[in-house]
Amino acid sequence: MIIGSALAGLLLLGLCAILLHRLTRVHELIYAGCLVATVVLVGDGLWHIVQSGHEEVPSVVLPFGLPWLHAHFRLDSLSAFFLVAINFPAALASLFGIGYGGHVPHPGRVTPLFPLFLFGMNGVLIADDAFVFLVSWEFMSLSSWLLVLSDHTNEEARKAAMVYLVMAVFGTFCLLPAFGLLAGSGGAYTFAAMRAAHLPALAGSLVVLLALLGTGSKAGLVPLHVWLPLAHPAAPSHVSALMSGVMTKVAIYGLIRILYDLRGDVGWQWGFVLMVVGAVSAAMGVLYALMQRDLKTLLAYSTVENVGIIFIALGLALAFRDHGELALSALSLVAALYHVVNHALFKTLLFLGAGAILQATGERNLDRLGGLLNRMPITGFTFLIGACAISALPPLNGFVSEWLVFQSLFKGPTVAHWAMRFGVPVVGVAMALAAAFAATCFVRAFGIAFLGRPRTPEARHAREVPLSMQVAMAVPAFFCLCLGVFPVTVTSGIATAVEPLVRVKLPAAMLGWPWLSPVSLTAGSYSATMVLLTGAALMVTTLLVVHHFGTRKIRRFPLWDCGHPEDIVNAQYSADSFAQPLRRVFGSVVFRAREEVEMPPPGEMVPARFSVTMIDPVWTGLYLRIVRIVDAIADRVNVLQFLTVRRYLLMMFLTLVLLLLVVAVRQQ
Amino acid sequence: MISFLFGVFHTGLVLAAAPLVMGIVRLTKARLQGRRGASVLQPYRDLWRLLQKESVVADSASWLFRIAPYLVFVSVWLAATIMPTFTTDMLLTPAADLIALVALLGTARFFTALAGLDAGTAFGGLGSSREMFVASIGEPAMLMVIFSLSLLTHTTSPAQMAAYVMSGHVGIEVSAGLALAAMVMVAIAENGRIPIDNPTTHLELTMIHEAMVLEYSGRHLALLEAAAMVRLLLFMSIISCLFFPWGIAGPDSGLLEVLWGLAAWALKVGLLAVVLGYFETMLAKMRVFLIADFLGGALLLALLATIFLYVSEAV
Repeated sequence: MIIGSALAGLLLLGLCAILLHRLTRVHELIYAGCLVATVVLVGDGLWHIVQSGHEEVPSVVLPFGLPWLHAHFRLDSLSAFFLVAINFPAALASLFGIGYGGHVPHPGRVTPLFPLFLFGMNGVLIADDAFVFLVSWEFMSLSSWLLVLSDHTNEEARKAAMVYLVMAVFGTFCLLPAFGLLAGSGGAYTFAAMRAAHLPALAGSLVVLLALLGTGSKAGLVPLHVWLPLAHPAAPSHVSALMSGVMTKVAIYGLIRILYDLRGDVGWQWGFVLMVVGAVSAAMGVLYALMQRDLKTLLAYSTVENVGIIFIALGLALAFRDHGELALSALSLVAALYHVVNHALFKTLLFLGAGAILQATGERNLDRLGGLLNRMPITGFTFLIGACAISALPPLNGFVSEWLVFQSLFKGPTVAHWAMRFGVPVVGVAMALAAAFAATCFVRAFGIAFLGRPRTPEARHAREVPLSMQVAMAVPAFFCLCLGVFPVTVTSGIATAVEPLVRVKLPAAMLGWPWLSPVSLTAGSYSATMVLLTGAALMVTTLLVVHHFGTRKIRRFPLWDCGHPEDIVNAQYSADSFAQPLRRVFGSVVFRAREEVEMPPPGEMVPARFSVTMIDPVWTGLYLRIVRIVDAIADRVNVLQFLTVRRYLLMMFLTLVLLLLVVAVRQQ
Repeated sequence: MISFLFGVFHTGLVLAAAPLVMGIVRLTKARLQGRRGASVLQPYRDLWRLLQKESVVADSASWLFRIAPYLVFVSVWLAATIMPTFTTDMLLTPAADLIALVALLGTARFFTALAGLDAGTAFGGLGSSREMFVASIGEPAMLMVIFSLSLLTHTTSPAQMAAYVMSGHVGIEVSAGLALAAMVMVAIAENGRIPIDNPTTHLELTMIHEAMVLEYSGRHLALLEAAAMVRLLLFMSIISCLFFPWGIAGPDSGLLEVLWGLAAWALKVGLLAVVLGYFETMLAKMRVFLIADFLGGALLLALLATIFLYVSEAV
């Protein structure tokens, strides 16, 4: 009921924004409305998780939709969990939008679509039949596509929107037959009927494959990720935050719904596939991110990495479940969902930070920033928290979920099959590399943008953003700390949400409240609270000792730089030079990175030039090849456009004969 | 109660012993190179002298520059506090396992690298970039070592690992040997020792760690130096606790066993310090881009260690 009115409110807000777009301050009002609606949804989701436990929730049937199928809605514990995980960042993006929404290139094209986008995502979560699910899914895709296209005069945004549209269509094109197969020949499109149905093995595998392709293309799995780094940065920053931090989670919800709920018994082989795809995405995504100069593109690629980590955990959960290791399966699923929440939080925070930088300097290029920490202290501090959290530094939240993923990964070889035993260590290497690269990537992003000396006048004259935007960044930063320091509260909440899916509840705290020890008493434990408290005690001791025995004097002085300081700010390390060692070692293999130095002959007064060329293996190796094949086929088929009427009639006749033949054969 | 006391004592002990270990390494190197060398107590004097000096901070540096040394030192010290040395019966040991330990060291590295970028010098950036490059391969190698050890001992907690090895469940394992080799390689890289990095160099082409902290002086430098010393001791403790835990006192052991644990730890660390000094004298520093091969080798060794477990099981 509450959810219904909140969603109706969002729909109404979208329409109001279109009608009232001439009014002044309409943007503030609409975003404030979105804020209220999302906060209500968060509250309702939380209430549902706390209250209901796991009794059977009836489906609500509303009299619209298809003539033979009314719309079914249902809020079970999984939906409620995602309702919270999605609407909380959405609320922050709305809050950010109050100050930011009026300053984007074409605000009139953004504001009406923002609530509609939220409406679509929430619709997917509470859908209880395939029709409502797919319609909401398309609502989400198309409204976000229009948001990407909002800056329609920009050539790059148009290209990004085109690629996104193709990939979104591809995704739905896969999900449609997946639901069709789940519904069977009887055409039972409610989720309850799909759960009860029994699928033959081949159809079952096909459903998993199609669901993986359909949701994977939305979540940004390699090699279906190509639209992400184009489309996410092209949208205004608070929308990028939603697309990267939130919409990918809706896709993950879709996958969990189909694989764990609608299709009950998925074999461990699919878990293995999920794990390997996740590992490839994690390692490739962060390697891409490391090479980017554009801050928002970097963040979008980092989403690919984090989605990969979530998929590793989801795959492990499937494999464990199929082998009867239900407690480990629950652990992996809790790890995956914990990372869902965490990534939604810190990715939103980082994108909002990128938006604040964009508003203050007009720049997204790291090499044109620098020294912003002194000029934008709040943005800088919150961005630093986000960077630490995404780099999995204790005691922040990113570390807890990666710790849980590593714990379940280290238990992977208990699945006694050679593929898992040899596969899991290799996945472990990819995951460990991704974790280490992520730290490097965010040292680079934060260090180049916020530290050092400003590289351009725009960066030198940057000003801190308005208060509402600061609050929108400070809140997730605070929650990054909270979710890191009180992990047991979160894991027990998630464990309740996933209990119906894995049929066991994760034993929450074996060693007592602040100790996270998921596998067994002796198998390794982590207590963020203890780490934080001890760290604080050691910090106080250090400060006392240093200030008591040493001097507290500080002298401000120009740079020393080993005795020969340079006044030229470009002598600082840039984003490109920071990544150079890793580009040489990994980029030369994966991206065929080439560095070229043009040295003028002695005596000539032209500058030396340095250039780097990189080739995206997925784009050139896969997509351009597909485009070429499609073009070739189109050229051949093109002839059909210029036939005479006689020939068209002949073709119709032949088609008819063919179809009749098919019918005749089938009736034999 | 006793575990709390042990914890507090251990916290002080690692800090007090770290400069001594550094002193032993330096003295060993000096003697092997035919010099008399400074006393093993010299690192204490260095730290004291640095504490007394005023700190010079670059104009362009932000507040992060002044906070980073404290964060770095406390993270490393915290990691050293958690790692068991002479007894496994400490209050804090269950607070973090080896994965968390790696992450704590990662925190220290993260802030050192940021501090290197903060002043806006070419040297600082060079150091940060190379340090993160080394860590990008070294840290996964260490995680894989933990992976293989956790498969062997069914735990990621260092205290439980030591107890498992001590209880005689683990014989001579090929995997443990491979893991040890990988661990030593990682330890060399993480501590910036020869052949990865030279802690005494100030030559621009070869600097990694030193380049990052070039702008630091006074008490800030003292903290960073102390962090480096504690980190060296920590890695020696990790190697001796995980691979040679003999002598370490378990829970409910008497005073004599604890004292014996202390002696055994001192002996192991002293031996490791001398061995480190010896190898540093024998080896030359390698080119920066060869580090990738070195640490890639460590990563593969650790991966082989996990896979060998099942190969040996199958044979």
